[in-house]
Formats: sequence, structure tokens, C-alpha cells
Amino acid sequence: MNEFALLVAATLAAGTPLAIAGIGLLVNERAGVLNLGAEGMMLVAAVAGFATGYATGSEVAALAAGALAGAVIAAIYGWLVIWLNTNQYATGLAVSLFGSGFSAFVGLGLVGKKLEETEVAGVPLLRDLPVLGVALFRQHPVVYLAMALTGGVAFFLHRTRSGLVLRAIGESPVSAHALGYPVRRIRLAAVVVGGTLCGVAGAYLSVVYTPLWVEGMVAGRGWIALALTTFATWRPTRLLLGAYLFGGVTMLQLDLQASGVQVAPQFMSMLPYLATVVVLVLISRNPLWIRLNMPASLGKTFFPGS
Amino acid sequence: MTVPRLQLEQITKRFASVVANDAVALTVLPGEIHSILGENGAGKSTLVKIIYGALRPDAGRILWNGQPVQIRSPQEARALGIAMVFQHFSLFETLTVAENVWLGMSGKIPLRQVVAGIRSKAAEYGLELEPEREVHTLSVGERQRVEIVRALLADPRLLILDEPTSVLTPQAVEKLFVTLRQLAATGCSILYISHKLDEIRALCHQCTVLRGGRVTGTCDPTLESNASLSRLMIGAEPPRLVHRQATPGQVALRVRDLTLEKLDRFGTDLHGVSLELREGEVVGVAGVSGNGQQQLLAAISGEDPRAEEGAVELFGQPIGRLGVAARRKLGLHFIPEERLGRGAVPTLSLAHNMLLTRDESLRALGWIDRRALKYQTAKIIERFKVKSGGPAAVARSLSGGNLQKYIVGREIDAVPRVLVVAQPTWGVDVGAAAQIRAELLALRDAGTALLVVSEELEELFEMTDRLHVMARGRLSPSIGTSAATVELIGEWMSGLWPTGPEDGPGVSIGEFP
Repeated sequence: MNEFALLVAATLAAGTPLAIAGIGLLVNERAGVLNLGAEGMMLVAAVAGFATGYATGSEVAALAAGALAGAVIAAIYGWLVIWLNTNQYATGLAVSLFGSGFSAFVGLGLVGKKLEETEVAGVPLLRDLPVLGVALFRQHPVVYLAMALTGGVAFFLHRTRSGLVLRAIGESPVSAHALGYPVRRIRLAAVVVGGTLCGVAGAYLSVVYTPLWVEGMVAGRGWIALALTTFATWRPTRLLLGAYLFGGVTMLQLDLQASGVQVAPQFMSMLPYLATVVVLVLISRNPLWIRLNMPASLGKTFFPGS
Repeated sequence: MTVPRLQLEQITKRFASVVANDAVALTVLPGEIHSILGENGAGKSTLVKIIYGALRPDAGRILWNGQPVQIRSPQEARALGIAMVFQHFSLFETLTVAENVWLGMSGKIPLRQVVAGIRSKAAEYGLELEPEREVHTLSVGERQRVEIVRALLADPRLLILDEPTSVLTPQAVEKLFVTLRQLAATGCSILYISHKLDEIRALCHQCTVLRGGRVTGTCDPTLESNASLSRLMIGAEPPRLVHRQATPGQVALRVRDLTLEKLDRFGTDLHGVSLELREGEVVGVAGVSGNGQQQLLAAISGEDPRAEEGAVELFGQPIGRLGVAARRKLGLHFIPEERLGRGAVPTLSLAHNMLLTRDESLRALGWIDRRALKYQTAKIIERFKVKSGGPAAVARSLSGGNLQKYIVGREIDAVPRVLVVAQPTWGVDVGAAAQIRAELLALRDAGTALLVVSEELEELFEMTDRLHVMARGRLSPSIGTSAATVELIGEWMSGLWPTGPEDGPGVSIGEFP
């Protein structure tokens, strides 16, 4: 039983960076902008967060630095694709490649350094519950932030007027423009929100999850977060579940490897990605569902006045 | 004397080489229904965009209630009390009616109040509208109601409607007119953009006619005849089509009890559709678009090869599961309504667009004989009087009418045995439309079987020998065109036709033997 509780706890921790980055990308895609630069933004944020944490010893400062780094890169990306009309796919890929190179370069001096691990307080009282305490209530605050964020974004998108405007812009920027909404500025705001959250997720990885800096340590999580937005058909709660599913499979295969199951470890590390692809395929079988939820203008450049 | 609600003086707008509006004058009185009549390209939409603030005039003055104004943006137009219902709706499909209306409002009104507002406005004008439904579940007519209610909620002093009846059944048009007359009686002025003469004569108090960007006349349309209005509009009476009696031969295309589930949510299921098309006749399918025409056309053209093998037959051969290319090879050609994208690749030259449908100019191993291709293309351009920069011109660079002439010409030149055409003259000016219809009829006289799907009743009455009506995925029995009336077809468009025996295409009313 305790082992199961530990697995749940590990799943939540592993799913959190995916959930936070994914929610950010979801907001950003709901406005109609695709950001394939997620991986790069997370890497730069991870190194920025780690360096700040190493210099100041403050976890909060480290996470804030990561958020800021993500926001800055996203703002540059947004300016390129929204105002200079560069292709979103190519520009996003460029940001990813830039991010991996830049973070490796900046992080050269940080390799091998370690942050002090801080004791996680968890939720008072509830942390001492049997089983549930271990499984759910001894987590880092960022884990709970991811859950709160999911609820908040779901409420924002479907229950507020601003959320409605955001969805409207994602569906038809031309119509929204005709109604007098500042499409480009709102899109930039959405992209910056996306970048900020990717930044928090990146910094969480290098500061909280594995408090050290290794080149390329985001290890594809940016791409998984991107896949998750589609996987969840742009619905926040589904995205959170998807993130935990992915985190769960990752942890399970580690567990299996550790318990000495006779399967090639390379195959086992493939599993989470394979699971993601399988679920994506299952979801795409219902084109209707995707068409009703997918922001229709996703990835397309908007030229006001045309 | 009353102060005019809107007065335009000497409005001029130039684009690169074209003068879209040349010193246009227009006066609209309070409570007046004023029509702007003109062909495609006459400058109607440019003028309307200037009034609505989407374009700035190069010269001229706009007076609103006697005061000179500058209308710099649609927001400023709305602030003055100008509302507009567009021809192509600007609604968000995945949002509800109320959310769509809400997005167009500036204030901080809660959604609940918007819902109530829609309900009361809709009731006041007798428009049925359910504020909580998502827009993608609405028919085109219902969507137009959303746009109208949205405009009415702003309590406009001038309402602009751009070709509002192109998507409506004759009965729905009547209902719209009742609403508009009621609105005008409250003092709201209405600008009604159209090229349909009958409607303008039935509805409008005043009419300003545009041709080539200039005003060619202002008149009271109720005192004019169709002929006199069209003289003002195109400078001549429309060419009359000589329609000889058809001499139908053997059955060319037979659709038998075709039932198909829609491919996507925004489509329509087909229920037991049956029709027969003979050599040397033109059969029309009328109906408001979105009633299954797309699905029927896809099943006939082969874009959707899911039909039962025998549900579609070409000269007795079952072709229900064949693809487009195989059907073309058997002599079944299809001209889709989207000229750019489906009828032609926008960025390719006319010659290359030809090559995609024909392979006479291909040599061994797929080499292109460019001289032969150029010659073949030039021949069509000449025969069908396509105004273009020659065979190398990119499809996108042609005007709608000219590209349509080219595409129709390309298919006619291939001498199909069966030709299926969707909206042959959609967005094409009167001259080109007449030419296209005449060419299609000539093809019929040469023995080809033609199926024409169109929303324009006038066109169907002019060209076809028999008519079907499509409504909610079902196809009516056919009726000889000479025996059909607009009222009857309008009734059928709502799905109310006499149902015959269950078994297939036997029922026909007024059909020739």
C-alpha cells in the first residue's frame, strides 16, 4: 500500500512540469498561436532558474527567474510571429534549437553543481494522514499550483468574458478584429502567459524536481507538453489528467526496471512516449470532437485589414 | 423638408488602377428602405465599406443627419447608429448565439441580460431564435437572424444589408421583408444591397443604381419594370437564353436510394436520395445550401466513395465505390462551386491547371509537352473569351467570372458524357453568367447529360428541363420545369412535397414521357 502511495506521489511530481507547461501552451494555442519553441523556452528557464537558485539560495527567486526567462523568449517569439508575420512552425523550431544551444552554453560553468535540497513541508495536518498523506499531501507547492492553475484556466476560458474573447480570437481572428478587439495584442499576451508558465515548468525541473543542471535536462518534456494540448483537445482538466498519465507511465517503467523485469531498459524508456502516441491516435479517431474544440486559426498568420 | 439620415457627396475611391467609386452621390431619408443596385464589380461593396468605416474615401463628403462626419472605423460607424449585416456572416461557430452577440457589445452587460435582450428583440420582430444554441447547429437562415438581431440590439438608425436573400428560401425572404418593413416603420433607415430586381421592386422605396463605379440613375423601383432597371444596371437588357425542347436519350446517371451518414458534424445525412439523369437533358437541384447538396455532389463526383456500389450508376455501370479519377475516365466530370481551391489550384497557371485534369499534352515517361499544353490552353481561353494574361497567368489573378468561364470551358472542351455543375454562375456578372449558361445548354444539345445544383431559382428555371428540390438530406421527386412555379419550389424547399411510393424514382410530376 505504501509503495502505491509513493508511486502516486512520484506521478504527481513527474506530471507537474508537463501540466504547467501544457496549460501555458493551451492558453497560447487557444488564442491561435502555436509555439513549437516550448522545449527551448523550458531549457533556458531551467538554466536561468538553476543559476539564480545557485547564486541566491532562494527557491522562489529561482522559479521567478525561470518564469521571467520564459516570458522574455515568448515575447520575442510573439513579436516575430504576430507582428513580423514569420512562419509559426519554423520560428518555433528555431526557438527550440536556440534554447538548447544557448542553455548548454550558459550552463557550462554550472554542470556538476548542486542546489541544497529543501525539506518539503506539504499540507499541515493532512500530511499525516495514513497512505493519503504520503500519496497526495507531501508535495512541493508547485504541484498544487499546477492543480489550481488548471481549475483557474478552465474557469477563465469558459466562464469569463475575457476567456470568451480569447477563444473567439483563436477561432476567427478576422471576425474578432472586425468586432474591434486588438487581436495582435491579445495574442501576444497569451503567448507571454504561455512562455511564463513554460518557464516555471523549466525552472521547477532544475530547481525542485532534480536540483542540478545537466545539458538538455528538459528531455523532450516541452514536446510532450505540446502534444498534450492536442491530446486534451484544448481542455485544461483533460490536459492535467494527460500529464499525470504520462508521469505515471514514466514512474511505473522506472519501478519495473528497478524491480529487475527482464526487458531492455531502452524499450522501457520508450513506453511513456508510445503511450502518448497511442492516446493521440485514439483521440484523433473522433474528428468531430477535435474540430469543435480546436482553435480554427491555430498556426495561421493573421493580417489585420486583409 | 426632412433632413436626410445619410447623404453622400462626390464619394470617390481608387484602387491601384481601378476607380471603384467615381463621384457617387446617395441620399437616404429617415425610415426609407433604399436599395443600391448593381452588378458584381459595380462598386456596391466599396461604397458600403466606406459608409461602414471599413474603407476611407479618397474624396467626397459624408453627412449624417445633416452634419458632416468622418467615419474612420466600424466602431465609429456603430457609435453613430449604423449597423450592418454582412453577406458572409462573421459568427464564431463554436460559441453560442448569446456569446456571439455578447462579443459584439462594448459595455459590461452580464451574459444573462444579453440572453434576455435577444429573446425580447426576437419576439418583437417575430424572429425565432434560441440564444443558448451553438452557432454551428444553426441553418444559414437562422445564422442570418443572429446577425440581424445582433444589429437590432444596437438600436440602429441605419441598417445595411448586403445581399441578404442569397441564402434564403422564397418564404424566408417574405418573412425578412416583413421584419424590414416593421423596422423601417419605426424610423430606422435601411440600405439594401442587391442585384435581384424583383426583390427591390417589392421592398424598396428608393433605388440608386451603380454601374462601373458611377451612379447611372436614381428611381422609385415600384414604378419601374425589371427591364428598365436592368437597362440602368448593365446598360442593356440581359441577353435572353434560347431554350429548345430537350430530347432526352438513354439514362446516363442514376442515383438509387442513396443513404449516407455525414462525414462531419457540420454536414447533412442523405436519406434515400434517388434521381435519374438522361443524355441530352439538364436536371436541376434547387434548395438552400446546407441541405445535403454538398454530400450528394461528393457521392456523385467520387470525392466521397462510401456509397453502396450500385447506389450510383453511370450508363448502367455501378460506380459507387470508384474514386474521382476513375469516374472522370468514364466520362463523369464535376465542376465544384469553389473555383479557387477545388476547381483550380490558385497559385498554378491556367496551363498547369489544365494539365491536372487532362493528359493529352503528356509524353512518354510523364514529360510535359509545353508547346502542346500552351496551345491547348490558349484555345480554351479564346473560345470562351476568358479575360486573362494568357496560359501562363496564375488562376488566382483572374476575376471570379473569368476563372469560372475558364473552368467550365476546360470541362466542356473535354467533352464529358455527364457533367455535374455546382452553382455555375455564383458571383459571376450577368454577361458572363449568360455566356456560361448558353455554353452549358449547347453541351446539352450535343448530347451530354447535365446535373446543375444551384441556389439561384431564376437560373434553374432558365436552364433546366426538370427540377428536383433538396431539403434536409432528402430529394423531392422531379417536376418538369415548365410546370413548376416559384411558390411550389419554395414550398418544397421546406421539405413539403407530395411523397410517392417507397420504391425509388418512379414518381414524377409533369415529367415528359
